[in-house]
Formats: sequence, C-alpha cells, structure tokens
Amino acid sequence: MLRQDVRVREGLTACMNCGVCTGVCPAAEFYNYDPRQIVTAVQSQDDDKIEALLRSDTIWYCGECMSCRPRCPRGNTPGYVIQALRTLSQRLGFFVESEKGRQQLALKRIIGQSILDTGYCVHPKLVDPGLHPEQGPVWQWIYDNDQGVYERFSPNYGKVGPGACRKIDDETLDEIRRIFEVSGGQAFFDTIEAHSERKAREMGHEHADDDYMMMVYTTNSGNHQ
Amino acid sequence: MKKHSWQEYQKDVADDKYYYVRSCIRQNFFPGSEAAFLNILRNDLHRDIREDAIHTSCTGIGYHSDIVPIETIMTVVARQFALMTESGYENFASSCITSFGVYSEALEMWHEFPEMEEKTREYLYKATGREFRKPRSVAHASDIIFHHRDEIASKAKYRLVNAATGEPLRGVEHIGCHYAKIFPKNGIGGAEFPYVLAGMIEAWGGQVVDYPERRHCCGFGFRNYLVRANRGYSIANSQKKFESMAPYKPDFILTNCPGCPMFMDRWQYTIAEMEGITYGADGHGIPVLTYEELAGLVLGYDPWELGMQMHQVDVEPLLDKMGVEYDPSAKFLGKNGKYIGQPLDAAVNCGCSGSSIL
Repeated sequence: MLRQDVRVREGLTACMNCGVCTGVCPAAEFYNYDPRQIVTAVQSQDDDKIEALLRSDTIWYCGECMSCRPRCPRGNTPGYVIQALRTLSQRLGFFVESEKGRQQLALKRIIGQSILDTGYCVHPKLVDPGLHPEQGPVWQWIYDNDQGVYERFSPNYGKVGPGACRKIDDETLDEIRRIFEVSGGQAFFDTIEAHSERKAREMGHEHADDDYMMMVYTTNSGNHQ
Repeated sequence: MKKHSWQEYQKDVADDKYYYVRSCIRQNFFPGSEAAFLNILRNDLHRDIREDAIHTSCTGIGYHSDIVPIETIMTVVARQFALMTESGYENFASSCITSFGVYSEALEMWHEFPEMEEKTREYLYKATGREFRKPRSVAHASDIIFHHRDEIASKAKYRLVNAATGEPLRGVEHIGCHYAKIFPKNGIGGAEFPYVLAGMIEAWGGQVVDYPERRHCCGFGFRNYLVRANRGYSIANSQKKFESMAPYKPDFILTNCPGCPMFMDRWQYTIAEMEGITYGADGHGIPVLTYEELAGLVLGYDPWELGMQMHQVDVEPLLDKMGVEYDPSAKFLGKNGKYIGQPLDAAVNCGCSGSSIL
C-alpha cells in the first residue's frame, strides 16, 4: 500500500544507511528519533515492522523541514517517506494508537476547519493569546485591536476584495469545499474524526468532543526525548 | 570558492507581469510586508503585478500537518493556476515559502507522474469547471526583490551602513527550509549556498555574517508548533540558532519565510521571559526583518507603514543605526492616525515605548 504513494516512489530508491539524514535532522536532535531507522524499516518491506511504525509515536516527530532531502547522497527523501507513512496511518486508523498520532484530530479541527470556513489555514482570530502565550504582549495588542491594526495595511480587512486577511467570498469557499469533496480531502477529514471517536470512547470519553480534543492538543507524557 | 558557489544555481526570474498569491501566515503577522511588496513593485519599480481577490490558501500548512491529502492540495494548486490563466498572466509569484515548495512539488510530481496531472485536471474541472495552463515561471517573492536589488539600490534613501561610524551593518540571514531544500535548482544559490538574501544585504551596503547553524531550520516543524504539547521542539531549534549567531553580534536577522521571522521574533521573547536570556548586543533582542521590510527601509518607507510595530522585538536600534527618520509616537497608531492603545513592554524590548510587563 505504501508503494501506491508517489512520495515513496519518489523518496526512496535504495538507502545505504549512512545516517546523514539523521545527522542533519532537527527532530533527531530534540526527540528520541532516527529517520534512518524508519527508512530501513520501510526498505525492508517487512509488514510487521511497518505496521508497528504506523501505530507508533515515531512517525509523528518529523517537522517536514525536508533538510534531509538535499543531503542524501542517494537522492532519497526520508521526509517524503514520513508523509506517506502518516497518510497510511490515518487511512488505516492506526494513528489513534499513539499520543502524537492522536493529535491529528486537533490539527484537523483547527487548521482543516479553518481552510473550509475561511479559505485560510490561519487567520488572526485563530491565534488566541490564551492558547499562545509565546506570542507575547504585542500579539495581544494586535488581537485586541485587530481592526485598527490591519486596516492600516489592508483596506479590505474582513471584507470581500483584494488585500491581507480579506474575507474570501462564499462562491470561492464553495469551490474549495467541492475540491475537498471531489479529491478525497473531506473523506480524509471524516476518517480522522471516525477513528478519533472510536478511540475517545475506548479511553473513557463519551465522545471525541472538545474536551478530548484539548486533551490530545495539550498532553505530553514526557516520554519522547 | 564558497563566495561564488551560489552562482552554480541560477534561476530565471521574470522581469515583469506577475500573478501574486498571498501567504496565510504572512498576511496575519506581516501584512505590512505584503503591502510593501506590492507598493515597491508597482510604485518604485513600475512593474505589473496582479492580486486576485478570489485566490485562497494553498492549504500547505494542512498538507505538511498531514491532514490534507496530496490529491487535494494539487487540486487547490491547480485552481490557483487556473485563476492566473484566466487573468492572462504566466509568471506566478508566491509570497509564501511553504506554498513555493508546494507549487514546485506539484509541477515536479506532474512531470514525473503525468497521470497525477491528468487526475488533478479532472478533479478541478469536476469541482469548479475551471481549466489551467502551467505557469511559465514560478518565483518566490524574495526572488523578485533579489532580481530587482540593484534597481532598489539605485533608488535608495538609506543604506545598510552605520550612520555614526560609516561601517557596514552586520546581517545574518535565515532562509526558509522549503525555499531550496526540496528543489535546490529552484532557489538562487541552491540549498547549500543560497544567495537570495545575502545578495540583497550586499547590494544595499551591508555585510553578511556567516554563522555555524545558518542552514538549520527555525523550528516551525508544522505540527511541532501548531500543537501545544509539541512546542518544545520549536523553541529548542530556534534557541540553537540564536546561540549560534549571537557571538557574531548581528545588527539584524533577515528572513524570507512566513513562519521564520515570526518564530525568531516570538521565541526571543519567550526565552527572555522564561530564562532571562537575550541575544542582542545591547542586552535586548536581535531585530528580525522580512526582506520587504529591509527593502522598504532602504527605499525610505516609514517603518510603521511597513508594519514593524507588529514585531515583538523592537526594531528601533536598527533604525537608529541606519539613521532612519521616524516618529516614535506614531508607532502604535491605527488607521487614520487614531491611537488604539499599546502593548506592554517586555524584556526583549528596549523601553522605547509602553510600560514594563515585569
């Protein structure tokens, strides 16, 4: 199934296990993580090893910076392989079996919903200072005075028309939603929701509700370094 | 050898007639930079650049958070190309580096796997009734400023020179990972010796300072910042960069990615609040600039019209070194000069305005 993903065909030919990808990887510095071992497991075509990866935290550590890509002496892209593993983990429902994997529900509800509702991955009101204390007092000022701040640069702030943080018109948003329907994006969102619902109940929650989402968004067991 | 290695990776950047698409992150955190880009192109360089109100996010943050499938993002990309085609333009210009990587990836994948292009065209037509031609050129907005850097230098009001000493100002640059690490041939200077920002600093009179972790990621890491439980990854990687560059006493950090300047600005604040550590030579923060902000300052734009009041780390020390004239009392004014309050001061600030948070 992995070979059906063009990113595996494009990202992995023959790995010689040199470890340059691990040496340059920001995630490998921070987490107990070694992209070389992931590529080795995928290259082995051992289904048991690959399924163990799909159920693990390991595949969710990568930051997709793609620093590995230009450095690989064999032209492989471990980052592409990770993307394919993550996609398959979600399609098969294995992502809910790990702490980091379960976070996909929060990403779907925050970023995914924002795309469908606003046409943007991020918009100013999504960056709530309460959830983002690292944004600091200047962002708090911007958040509290968004109209006054943004209108200095964008005459159409929150309104239809060109400019930064404009409102994207309903017809355009309908086109984006139809693209998600036709190309499988909406079905993928539904898959993330369905498996999260199953896991939430298994973990003793009534549903994959906002409490469950906040739990996966904030939980850090501290077992990742 | 290294000084000229960038020349092995050249790219053709269109000189005029651009179709511009915005960045989700940049229009949130640096709306003044995107406005300055359009103003510089139109009013200073007299080029034709179109912004279409009906373009959207490329959904790249969703793609690299692995919630948006590749087939979906390719169809959204195809819609952007269709809007460009319908407008009669051929030179695609992206404000965002993540998007630039996404557009490059779609074109490369369609080249390698033509059946994916065929499927994308089918999805787009079914969903929207639109069709597209591939762009003749795809540039990141920093490529375009780089392309015009000498013309900007010829119109400069200020140079990157210390007005008091006459010495060149010292800039460290940070290139967004997806600018050239995915497709080195698409970036000026490639992945190892990117020259797109260094070329601007040199053309405008400054000195580029090398530092060991110059090519290290800023630490965005998509899900590693977007999910609260993972943010240690993000701040740790930014900190690695600050500690690497600080001994070289840079006057400013120059960036070309949407997230990088925001993270390098905000994580300096966070580290100062958490650990009392600051990285600027004056005991405060190191100002972090976008390339449009730097170009705008050189051309004599008002720093507050460039949106530099939206930075957490104050830019005034850099403005003072350059000899830029500005009105400190106008920093936090809203549209039409209306006072809308101001932020609390923090450890990375220089006490130029506001009251202390400590």
